[in-house]
Amino acid sequence: MLFHKLSRLGSRIVKELPRERHFSMCRMRILQRSYGQYLPSSPMPQRQTMSFQEALFLKNPKFSTSFSTTSEKSGEETEKINVIFVDKDGEEIHIKVPVGMNILEAAHENDIELEGACECSLACSTCHVIVMDTEYYNKLEEPTDEENDMLDLAFGLTETSRLGCQVIAKPELDGIRLAIPSATRNFAVDGFVPKPH
Amino acid sequence: MSRYLARPLVSRYLSSVSSHPLHVCIVGSGPAGFYTADKILKAHEGARIDIIDRLPTPFGLVRSGVAPDHPETKIAINQFSRVAQHERCSFYGNVKLGSDLLLSELRDLYHVVVLAYGAESDKDLGIPGESLSGIYSAREFVWWYNGHPDYSSLKPYLKRSDTAVILGQGNVALDVARILLRPTTELASTDIARHALSALEESSIRKVYLIGRRGPVQAALTAKELREVVGIKNLHIRIKETDLSVTPADEEEMKNSRARKRIYELLSKAAAAAGTSEADPDQRELHFVFFRQPDRFLELDERMGHVSGVNLEKTILESVGSGKQIAVGTGEFEDLNCSMVLKAIGYKSVPINGLPFDHKKGVVPNVKGRVVSHPLGSLSQTEPGLYVCGWLKRGPVGIIATNLYCAEETVESIREDIEEGVCKSAKAGSKGLIELLEKREVKKVEYSGWEKIDAKEKQMGSERNKPREKLVTWDDLLAAAN
Repeated sequence: MLFHKLSRLGSRIVKELPRERHFSMCRMRILQRSYGQYLPSSPMPQRQTMSFQEALFLKNPKFSTSFSTTSEKSGEETEKINVIFVDKDGEEIHIKVPVGMNILEAAHENDIELEGACECSLACSTCHVIVMDTEYYNKLEEPTDEENDMLDLAFGLTETSRLGCQVIAKPELDGIRLAIPSATRNFAVDGFVPKPH
Repeated sequence: MSRYLARPLVSRYLSSVSSHPLHVCIVGSGPAGFYTADKILKAHEGARIDIIDRLPTPFGLVRSGVAPDHPETKIAINQFSRVAQHERCSFYGNVKLGSDLLLSELRDLYHVVVLAYGAESDKDLGIPGESLSGIYSAREFVWWYNGHPDYSSLKPYLKRSDTAVILGQGNVALDVARILLRPTTELASTDIARHALSALEESSIRKVYLIGRRGPVQAALTAKELREVVGIKNLHIRIKETDLSVTPADEEEMKNSRARKRIYELLSKAAAAAGTSEADPDQRELHFVFFRQPDRFLELDERMGHVSGVNLEKTILESVGSGKQIAVGTGEFEDLNCSMVLKAIGYKSVPINGLPFDHKKGVVPNVKGRVVSHPLGSLSQTEPGLYVCGWLKRGPVGIIATNLYCAEETVESIREDIEEGVCKSAKAGSKGLIELLEKREVKKVEYSGWEKIDAKEKQMGSERNKPREKLVTWDDLLAAAN
C-alpha cells in the first residue's frame, strides 16, 4: 500500500500538466495540493493547504458552507468519507472526500484521471463512473431527467452508472467503489461484469 | 496489485529512458486530436506534440459545429486550451495536409502521426434533382451560421416560402431546425455569425419538416435535444399519433436500449400535447414526419433550377435480423412543397493521397487505431507509426465524449508499438516541420495567433452583448492572428 502511495506521489511530482482546471471547476474555485493527504508523515503541513483554502473562502463568498468547515481553524473537521476509485489500469485509489463535495471535484483534487469536459453543466458524459456495488448505487439520489439524458450517451453504460459531477458525498456512501470506464480494460477480468443497459 | 502497477510505470518512463524525444504530429485539432494529445502527454514524459489544422482556429467542430444556443457544450474548449498551452505541445493552424505538405513528409519528420481530421464531406442521397439550388447539406448550413470561413458566403434561400424540409432526424437535423425556428431575439445574444443572424432576421421560414425514413423508435436524435425543442416557447410540435404505433420488433429495440425507450416516450408526450395547442397565424411549427423516404426533388418551371418540393415515398419497416429494422418503400408517393432542403443524413470523411481508405464505410481502415496497409488485404498488416482517431477512425457518429475513449484506444496502440521498438531512429519533429513550412512560405498560425483572434472576437462580441463576434473570412482571421 505504501509503495502504491509513493509511486503515485512520484508520478504526480513528475507530471507537468497544469492543474489550473481547478480554478474553473464547478464554480467552487478551490485549488488544493493534496500531497499532504497521502503521506501523514509528509513534510508538507496540511495546515498550509488549509490556510490557503481559508483565504480563498474568505475572498469568495460563493463557497458552500460545507467547505467552510474543512478549515482547521475552529479545530473541527468536516466528516470525510472513504471513496475508492478503480482506474483503467485496475489500480485502486483510496481517497477521502468531504461530505458535500461532488465526486468529479474529489477526483481532480486527488489527481485521478476523470474528465469533466463541460465543468458540471450536465452537457457531457465524460465524468461517467460505474458504482461497483448495487447496494451503494441504491443509496444515491435518483438521477434527474437531465442526468439521465447524458447517461443515455455514456460510453460503456451499465445499470449502476452515474455522472461523477452529480454524485455528492454523504456519510452513507462511506466505502463506495467507483470504476472509471475504459476503452482498453475489460472489467470482467476483475470479476465485475457491467450489464449492458 | 503491483502486477497492474508495473506496466504503466514502465511505459511512463520508457521514452525518457530512450536517447531522443518522441516526436508526434496530430492532424486535426478537434476533440479527437486534443484528447489524443492529452493522453500522449500524460503517458509519455518525453513526447513532443505538434497539432496541425488547416484552419487558423483550433477546436474543430466544437467551434464550427456545436450550435450557437449550446454554449455549455463548448466549455470543453477550456481543457483543450490547457493542452495546447502545455510546454511539450504546439498548435500550428493554417497548415493543410495534402496542400502544404504531404503525408509521407510528415511520417519522415515524426515518429508517430495521428490523423484526426474528421469528416468534412457529406453522404449523398443519389436521387434526381439533388443539385437544384436551395438544397444544402446540413453541414454547409451549420458552417454558415457558425462562421466557418469556407461557408460565410453561402447565402441560403430563406425568403422564398415559409417551409423548409430537413431530411434526417439526428441531432444535427434538430440543431438546424432550431436555428431556423428560434426567435432571432434569442439568437442575437449567442455567438452566431453576424451574416447568419441578419439573414435569419429576414427569413420567411415558419414551418420545418423533419423527415425520417423509419419510425420514432429508430430516430437518431437524443433525449436532451428533443426535450429542449419540445420546451421552446411558441414553437408548436406536430407528430401524427398513427406514427407512434409500435411493432413487436420496436418493443424489442426499446427493451435493449434505454435511450430509445426514453426518446419514444418523449415523442409520445409531445404528440399528445401538440393536439391540444391552438392555431396562431404567425406560429412556428416543427413537424416530425416518419416513414417517408425522398424519391426525387421537385422543381417549378419558372423557378429555373430551384427546388420547389420533395417527392416522398411511404415506407414500412422490415426486420433484417439481430434486432435491426430497415425502411422499405411501399410504392405510395406524396409531395411536400418547400423552398429549402437541408440534408442531415450524415457526414463523410475525405481521403488523401497516400492514405488507405475504405470508400464504402467512408473511414480509414484500422485496427484499434493502427492504420491498415491495404483495405482489401490482410487486417494484420498495419502502417508503422500511422494512426487514426475520431470520426476518421470510427465514422461520423458519437458525441464529444466518445472521442475520449477513442483516443484511449489509439494511444494504447501507440504505447504498445513504442514498447515493441517502432520509434528507434531520431526524427526532426517540430524543427523539421517549421523549416519545411518556412521553405514553402506557409503562414502558420501559432497558439498565440489564435489567442489574438480569440481576444478580438470577444472584444467585438462585448460591443454587441454576444460572447464573441466571430471573424468569418480567411483574410480577417489571418490578419487578426498576426
